[in-house]
Amino acid sequence: MTTMTDLLSPAAAPSVPGTVELHVGGRWLAVCAAEALLPGRGVAALLPDGRQAALFRDRAGRTYAIGNVDPFTGAGVLSHGLVGAVGDRPYVASPLLKQRFDLVDGRCLDDEAVAVATYPVRVR
Amino acid sequence: MADTTEKTLVLVGHGMVGQRFLEALADRGVTARTRVVVLCEEPRPAYDRVHLTSYFSEGVSPRELSVVEDGFMARHGIELHVGDPAVRVDRDRRTVTARSGLTVGYDTLVLATGSYPFVPPVPGKDAAGCFVYRTIEDLLAIEAYAAGVGSGAVVGGGLLGLEAAGALKGLGLDTHVVEFAPRLMPVQVDTGGGDALRRRVEALGVRVHTGVGTQQITVDGGTGRVTGMALSDGSHLPVGMVVFSAGVRPRDELARGCGLLVGERGGIVVDEQCRTADPSVFAIGECALAADGRVYGLVAPGYEMAETAARTVAGEAGAFTGADLSTKLKLLGVDVASFGDAHGTAEGCLDVCYSDARSGIYRKLVVGADGTLLGGVLVGDVESYGLLRPLTGSVPPVAPEHLVLPAGAGAPVALGPSALPDEAVVCSCNNVTKGAIRAAVGGAGAGGAGGGAGEHSCTSVAEVKKCTKAGTSCGSCVKVLGQLVDAELEAAGVEVDKGLCPHFAQTRAELYEIVLALRIPSYRQLLDGHGREGARGGEGCEVCKPAVASILASLAPVVGASVHVLEGEQAALQDTNDHFLANMQKNGSYSVVPRIPGGEITPEKLIVIGEVARDFGLYTKITGGQRIDLFGARVEQLPLIWARLVDAGFESGHAYGKALRTVKSCVGQTWCRYGVQDSVRMAIDLELRYRGLRSPHKLKSAVSGCARECAEAQSKDFGVIATANGWNLYVGGNGGATPRHADLLAKDLSDAELVRLVDRFLMFYIRTADRLERTSVWLERIPGGLEHVRDVVVHDSLGICEELEALMAAHVAGYRDEWAGTLDDPERLSRFVSFVNAPGTPDPTVRFVPERGQIKPEPILLSLTERVTV
Ligand code: SRM
Ligand SMILES: Cc1cc2nc3c(=O)[nH]c(=O)nc-3n(C[C@H](O)[C@H](O)[C@H](O)COP(=O)(O)OP(=O)(O)OC[C@H]3O[C@@H](n4cnc5c(N)ncnc54)[C@H](O)[C@@H]3O)c2cc1C
Ligand code: SF4
Ligand code: FES
Repeated sequence: MTTMTDLLSPAAAPSVPGTVELHVGGRWLAVCAAEALLPGRGVAALLPDGRQAALFRDRAGRTYAIGNVDPFTGAGVLSHGLVGAVGDRPYVASPLLKQRFDLVDGRCLDDEAVAVATYPVRVR
Repeated sequence: MADTTEKTLVLVGHGMVGQRFLEALADRGVTARTRVVVLCEEPRPAYDRVHLTSYFSEGVSPRELSVVEDGFMARHGIELHVGDPAVRVDRDRRTVTARSGLTVGYDTLVLATGSYPFVPPVPGKDAAGCFVYRTIEDLLAIEAYAAGVGSGAVVGGGLLGLEAAGALKGLGLDTHVVEFAPRLMPVQVDTGGGDALRRRVEALGVRVHTGVGTQQITVDGGTGRVTGMALSDGSHLPVGMVVFSAGVRPRDELARGCGLLVGERGGIVVDEQCRTADPSVFAIGECALAADGRVYGLVAPGYEMAETAARTVAGEAGAFTGADLSTKLKLLGVDVASFGDAHGTAEGCLDVCYSDARSGIYRKLVVGADGTLLGGVLVGDVESYGLLRPLTGSVPPVAPEHLVLPAGAGAPVALGPSALPDEAVVCSCNNVTKGAIRAAVGGAGAGGAGGGAGEHSCTSVAEVKKCTKAGTSCGSCVKVLGQLVDAELEAAGVEVDKGLCPHFAQTRAELYEIVLALRIPSYRQLLDGHGREGARGGEGCEVCKPAVASILASLAPVVGASVHVLEGEQAALQDTNDHFLANMQKNGSYSVVPRIPGGEITPEKLIVIGEVARDFGLYTKITGGQRIDLFGARVEQLPLIWARLVDAGFESGHAYGKALRTVKSCVGQTWCRYGVQDSVRMAIDLELRYRGLRSPHKLKSAVSGCARECAEAQSKDFGVIATANGWNLYVGGNGGATPRHADLLAKDLSDAELVRLVDRFLMFYIRTADRLERTSVWLERIPGGLEHVRDVVVHDSLGICEELEALMAAHVAGYRDEWAGTLDDPERLSRFVSFVNAPGTPDPTVRFVPERGQIKPEPILLSLTERVTV
């Protein structure tokens, strides 16, 4: 059944074809189908070396990947945080103590001495 | 590299005062032209010693206690040597040598070595289980030892002793305080205040022994561990550990070692510029014996000394001639404040007292013959401290009889920050006057304290804090600060931005009206149509997304949004906890709270909870809300756990949502000999009616079967108490950090009248409250308060009651259990994995260790390698 919601918010989750790939260890690693990435929400990926990445897609369809482990608590939770933006710079707010991390360069916006890793990511 | 003409300043001691000194140097540009070397004995840079106990009481981590702004040292080119204390000063060659062997030549030497805790020479004082309480390391050692004992005693009932008792209490120990003087906090409060304080402290379960000394610490011969204390009255107090808090002594050993003058009872002798007899050596903070002959054990005077020394080093004028010993403290959760001439020593002065032994409130003001306020002592109710202290030294605009009454008692006191004179010190920690705050806001001519540059005019409390440092230490002045800043901005015609966040200029209540009136079913549509100019089409943020998600959920059936919070775009808006329909815990695992309406549960259901917990290895605990919390579920286990629970007839308890939590009940008429109504049935009815209702903040309720109030209904957002004729409805109650007693909204209601009134009340609250505003705060804030709310929901003064009832009816009809609705939907379920590319693999960072027969999160060691260093 088509609801009012579908009619009124055309941009809601346009189905995106393709596969999300992450560049780690010198090669591109397929992580998930593009439509698994809900705009504004993250998913976590386990990397071959045991590290974890958090992947995000913003409203405009751009994808980002940063380290998933929250440096303030040591818990692998950044993919569970909410995405926001300062101007047009997107960030994720850690769900535990709410520090924000820039999705482009991994820097913590609330503590300039801290940053998380970033990974090149693409959809193809 | 430093050029040879550059001067070197060495700071010994990186405590609170040392750090403030560095900031004052940086503000004056000294760090830019001088090499600054800091020797820090402790294994970490300066931290907030004043809030040490918050580690136990509020779970604040050592890292959060830091008082050093990140990047500060690097930005100012300061060399900080952590864990390397100075061991020797050679004043002839002007060198300082550290324990590592590092020797630094200085042009200026500043000693800020603080104090050490004094341990009286009682036999047994060095046994295993004896501690002092001053550093984070002390605190960690106390915590580790306390795990093996059930009780502890603090020697000393002064400020620090009560802090230490708070720490022991926070660790769950049976806590005793032994004080030699006849009352607690003998230095700060008078006898009446001491009595009130004692009653309050004892009510918290801390045993107080005053007027007795400690003669010996008794020790187990075999293990060498403390077994108790022998007291001077001949009694023996069996306790497992002892914390000495019998005062502090200045750490002046370096100064003695290099021949500087120290006082008879310790303390490095300095002049009004904080300079010792050697013009190139300064001493500041607790290690200094100030020019007025006193050693100050509080942080505010230390900060003043730091400013004075920094001014002197920078070639500016400055003097420290003594300080006010005003303090406001929260000790063991009891507020205590004393200011000015608290003991009434001035000639001809009079006391004006208010004392209520029942509630442990004591307030005394000391007033001079001409009506000048000279000082005071407040115990239990210190609301007005922020205003009274700055008024000290002037004749207050309101008679002292009115000022002495506690908040809410007697005649209304028309005393706001506007009554303060410009020279009144609003923030005593940082010596910031009302005038300086006004100047910071007004911009023009911001001279005076804080040294803020004149060109920038602050437009928020945060900016004023940064510019003047007001409010950045003990925090007791922040409320008054906020009022002053708002008043100043308004007076200047600056519009105070009350918008929700950088993306919406409207308040939450305004957005609610927009969504309702225009029937807007999605966040994007709201943002793109009604967001701030630059925010439209953008991403939004973690503030507006959940707030709008909550409005959409409250109005879902009416505006045509999905009633399931994980449907489509709504899923992306939810706070993490709502997104996973569970509460995230500190290690990234989640907790599970099934609804147990009214706290009533059958044995079968209890068994199911037990089985589920056992099969998934979850930690179980009875909550404060009359239900059971299961902790330690991995995200991929949540659907499996819930499948079992839903199967057994459980529903989501919404412990994760800003929504109805629990309706607690007492057993009521059915079993209790006093009960006059069936409180359990009413609690269940109310819980089932309002379950799933999303609101600005969480909603709690309770129903008691008679006036004895065993369900604590008067501490709830809406509470119901049975009467012989029906039900009394109370609203706006709150537990938590700022408890509020609920107000009676209506009496002797029938079942139907009660439900109708609650419907209206809740919908009116949801419509008009701010984001994260409990009913208690809302009721105090909205114009007209309780009377207005009564007019609207009882007398229908706005003519909206029909609409409010219809909205609630739509909610009740549209309710579906969120977990059942998730288990049915493969798309929603697909998100419950740790890793999108390895759905079967659990997150290896989620680990547990055993404790008391159950699990607990394994403490995570934050090794530096986990961070990318910038
Ligand atoms: C589990 C529980 C403690 C327990 O072991 O008993 C608990 C646990 C939490 N409480 Fe509570 N509160 C619990 C009963 C209470 C009570 C007692 C009650 O409800 O009767 C209160 C005081 C009553 C009140 O709220 O007025 C209470 C006052 C708070 C507050 C302070 C609220 C305030 O208005 O000041 C917070 C902080 C907040 O909400 O901002 C809080 C916040 C929390 C949070 C959500 C903190 C957090 O963000 O992690 C805790 C997470 C629970 C979790 O992860 O599952 N909790 N909390 C209790 C769950 C009750 C339930 O079954 O749902
Ligand atoms: C539990 C507790 C609660 C308190 N509560 C309050 C309160 O509510 N209000 C209030 O005003 N005050 C309070 N105080 C007191 C307040 O903490 C002190 O007044 C303040 O910390 C003094 O600052 P300081 O820098 O002079 O000394 P400290 O903070 O003690 O710092 C001195 C530093 O110098 C180091 N040091 C010493 N010798 C050497 C050396 N040779 N080489 C290198 N480093 C050295 C020490 O290790 C220490 O780190 C409290 C104190 C405690 C312990
Ligand atoms: S509140 Fe009244 S009815 Fe309920 S348990 Fe207490 S005494 Fe009994
Ligand atoms: S009075 Fe302590 S921070 Fe202002």
